[in-house]
Amino acid sequence: MTPTPDPHAVHGTTAQPAAPYLAPHPAPLTTVPPHPAPAPASAHSVVGTLTTGAHHELAIVLFAVIVLITLGITLWAGRRGQAAEDFYTGGRGFTSLQNGFALSGDYLSAASFLGVTGLIALYGYDGVLYSIGFLVAWLVVLMLVAELVRNAGRYTLADVLALRMRQRPVRAAAGTAGVVVTLLYLIAQMVGAGSLVALLLGTNSGLAKTLTIVAVGALMIIYVTVGGMRATTWIQIVKAGLLLVGAALLTVLVLARFHGDLFALMRAAARGSGVGQAYLEPGLKYGASATSRLDFFSLGLALVLGTAGLPHILSRFYTVPTARAARRSTMWAIGLIGGFYLMAIVLGLGATAVIGAKTVRAANPAGNTAVPLLALDLGGGSGSTGGVVLFALISAVAFATILAVVAGLTLASSAAFAHDLYARAWRRPGSREMTDRQEVVAARVAAVVIGAAAIVLSLFAQQLNVAFLVGLAFAAAASANLPTLLFTLFWSRFTTRGVVWSVYGGLVPAVLLVVFSPVVSGAPSALFPGVDFHWFPLENPGLVSIPMGFLAGWAGTVTSPEAADADRYAELEVRSLTGAGAA
Amino acid sequence: MAQQERFDWWAAEPTGRKAVLRSPVGRLAPGRPAAAAPAEPSPVDLPLPDTPPAVGPASAVTVGSMASAGSATGAAEVYRAVQASAPFQDIRRGYRGFVFPATAAFLLWYLLYLGAQAAAPGLMHGRVAGPLNVAWLLALLQFASTFAITWLYARNARDKRDRAALGLRWDTQDQLR
Repeated sequence: MTPTPDPHAVHGTTAQPAAPYLAPHPAPLTTVPPHPAPAPASAHSVVGTLTTGAHHELAIVLFAVIVLITLGITLWAGRRGQAAEDFYTGGRGFTSLQNGFALSGDYLSAASFLGVTGLIALYGYDGVLYSIGFLVAWLVVLMLVAELVRNAGRYTLADVLALRMRQRPVRAAAGTAGVVVTLLYLIAQMVGAGSLVALLLGTNSGLAKTLTIVAVGALMIIYVTVGGMRATTWIQIVKAGLLLVGAALLTVLVLARFHGDLFALMRAAARGSGVGQAYLEPGLKYGASATSRLDFFSLGLALVLGTAGLPHILSRFYTVPTARAARRSTMWAIGLIGGFYLMAIVLGLGATAVIGAKTVRAANPAGNTAVPLLALDLGGGSGSTGGVVLFALISAVAFATILAVVAGLTLASSAAFAHDLYARAWRRPGSREMTDRQEVVAARVAAVVIGAAAIVLSLFAQQLNVAFLVGLAFAAAASANLPTLLFTLFWSRFTTRGVVWSVYGGLVPAVLLVVFSPVVSGAPSALFPGVDFHWFPLENPGLVSIPMGFLAGWAGTVTSPEAADADRYAELEVRSLTGAGAA
Repeated sequence: MAQQERFDWWAAEPTGRKAVLRSPVGRLAPGRPAAAAPAEPSPVDLPLPDTPPAVGPASAVTVGSMASAGSATGAAEVYRAVQASAPFQDIRRGYRGFVFPATAAFLLWYLLYLGAQAAAPGLMHGRVAGPLNVAWLLALLQFASTFAITWLYARNARDKRDRAALGLRWDTQDQLR
């Protein structure tokens, strides 16, 4: 983050509401850092922790219940079928409503539930601004991607490209991009999981975080290898249901507290924030300098265009039988995700109005515990049964969220590896095709290897500030996957070389620009604060790398020695729009 | 052999225009052949055969895998013919005609909204009602426009192309058989 003059530290004039449940431990309140709080997902720089007590014990019990339920689902799903179709798509028999829940389950990570609400709690309007990109992005998915991808592909994004291009180079490129994007996202989620679970359990020990990362990693490997897409989808559905019910319950409680008067809630939140009216205006977080505004613009662009290129979202459309079902599931997802973000506004404002920004910040500088703390208060405080139960429930929902999202990512990653790279791109042209059975075995092994790699990388990344990884994953998806997909679907002259150039021409700049950005070196919050080799001023590369992906695709096409195959474009177009020959 | 047969009815007069073709706009379409098929010697109308009127999910299942044989000339010819046909052009125009402007509009609207935070802070602070200012109003309008576009798109797809696309799907799969 660019150094932001923190308004909270300057004029904390408004009286803070009392926080009785923190009374035994007043120490964290004094540890409020005078400098800006890190970005939402960087929960690892925890200063204060919650008080340990009954609500943490109950939370542990509920965590165990969730693990048992998900493992039960996995075993049940694993017995229902082991073919490639089952592993990659869960048998294509899910309804629109089920897939709509699963899509929102895949999309609403713990960073959304705890991070976005925390951001709104701390920065008011700027937190809302951040969340909007995540919702608007679904229009790209709905209108340009969902139905056509469902009709034209079988298991992965690369299937769509291979329909009209030379199979091996495009699968190698798209498969690589798929693995890179999901791995970036996976590491961000797992590092976040370590600190979040520790935070929810009221410890700050390194051992607890390490154990959490290993346990979450092991669980996700079991879900994917044993249950495949069917288990992953059902886990997403259960998790999305829990998340929405939990959020709705808290929203109702917040609204009841303010007698349904939203204006009263906003005024109370502005008072509780300590900065007054500025809390309800833009600029508290993203308005410090021209660079930080540009940076936010870049992030917004990456969010809006990246969602439609996320492999774990795209693979969801293959779990329903038709393109129409894919459309309807996207509509459900838009409704559920939009509803969730509207509730997140109420929850974020509610946390600041009820318990005050100072307390939220003291418990976690990034605001990640705003919602659990709000739940504790709404239930009646830390001593009361209601408070304990509500806190534990909300923590368990967050835990379920973490498990479901990492499982979806691991599955998408293993599909890209096994289906695109190992079984096709890396085959010698003359050799025999792999059978479905061999391919599924390869995908299971890939899930284990990728999961293990993610655990190891996350353990190394634990001490680092990896909050930028989510933004990078979206930027990479928007730069490498989206241009390729859109050109393939809509541009008749697009060629194989265009695909390859577009994928690498988007992916490589996205990653390289981040390497030479202030998130890696040259800033106090950087990955390697000791050295400085940065020359790119923005933290999110999207503003540059997304146009580069499109440009590279165009350049590759116009310099291509071979012309586009009109026959195969005709096939893609007819199939994608009518569903003829769809799997 | 199969290819020869197909070629035969291909050359024959297209007689059996199906229910899919009922749209009057579609008939005006052949003046604009598929942009994607410049090499097509003669942009023919869809030569739908009279004989297999089997419209139903049952006919779809068997054909699914063979349609991927894009290199086989028979399949390629079918796809090229369908692509150039009026009903397909109709579906395509209905789809692109809604989706491209709508995408441009919401992207522009979102990016303007994003840019306005930096470019026009004074405007964003303007009070609307109670604690609500212009910035909040625009944020809520982003939610509203997202829901509205979703609904409009779904309505457009349902009314303009779902039925025609389904009919064309079975027809295409019949021809591929």
